Amino acid sequence: MRERPLSPHLSIYRMHRYTLLTSILNRFTGVILSVGLLMLAYWLLSIAGGPESYARASAILGLGISKLVFAGLLIAFVYHLVAGIRHLVWDTGRGLERAVAKRSAFIVAAVTVVLVLILGYLFIAAFVVGVHA
Amino acid sequence: MKTLRSPLGRVLGYGAAKEGTVSHWWLQRLTSAALVPLTVWFVYCLLTLPALDYATVVAWLSSTWSALLLILLVLTATRHSQLGVQVVIEDYITSHGLKTITLVLITFAHVVVAAAATFAILKVAFGGVR
Repeated sequence: MRERPLSPHLSIYRMHRYTLLTSILNRFTGVILSVGLLMLAYWLLSIAGGPESYARASAILGLGISKLVFAGLLIAFVYHLVAGIRHLVWDTGRGLERAVAKRSAFIVAAVTVVLVLILGYLFIAAFVVGVHA
Repeated sequence: MKTLRSPLGRVLGYGAAKEGTVSHWWLQRLTSAALVPLTVWFVYCLLTLPALDYATVVAWLSSTWSALLLILLVLTATRHSQLGVQVVIEDYITSHGLKTITLVLITFAHVVVAAAATFAILKVAFGGVR
């Protein structure tokens, strides 16, 4: 194969910069959500398998470690959703100026934190404290 | 002048994916736009279902709207996920053989997840679990 030009290596960039961090977080949370999709399919199949298989799946999904996974999935989902909307706005050609992109990065972070807190509270109220238990 | 080929002609097809990306790019955006309302609806359902016991979940999936929207969610999300994971593999796996094998396996896995989840939803929706 013909030699291809190499772009500057990752290590020369400053990773804490809002550009790189928001980008790699979007990719990272996307991969996590792909695993979450597996869990959704497992849950749906357990329902289709009948009451016994649903009871088995509920026992596994109710474990402490599963709750940690759900918390991670919730954070990943909220970030990926908010950052994804930022990407869709960029795709219209808007918001690409450096100052605007920097501001929208902080807006994404702030909205993510607020939504995670609200949804986390609602899920804990529903599933842990016991409306759903 | 050393070559008559244009600069564009010399680089086309030499990206990590070895092909054009317009349809991939467009489909990634199309699925992401669709996933905004679909995922928000799903989270809303999880939070507002009165309980998550078997009877409630089956009753929820037996409603036409829930089953239909959940199938749309599963199909859109698996396609979006497959497109996204594909790019990650293309970017980070440099060995051509390993990259190809991984892409094939990842594609198969996504198709299996989409088919299995859709089948499960339809089975419950058509009353196959009672």
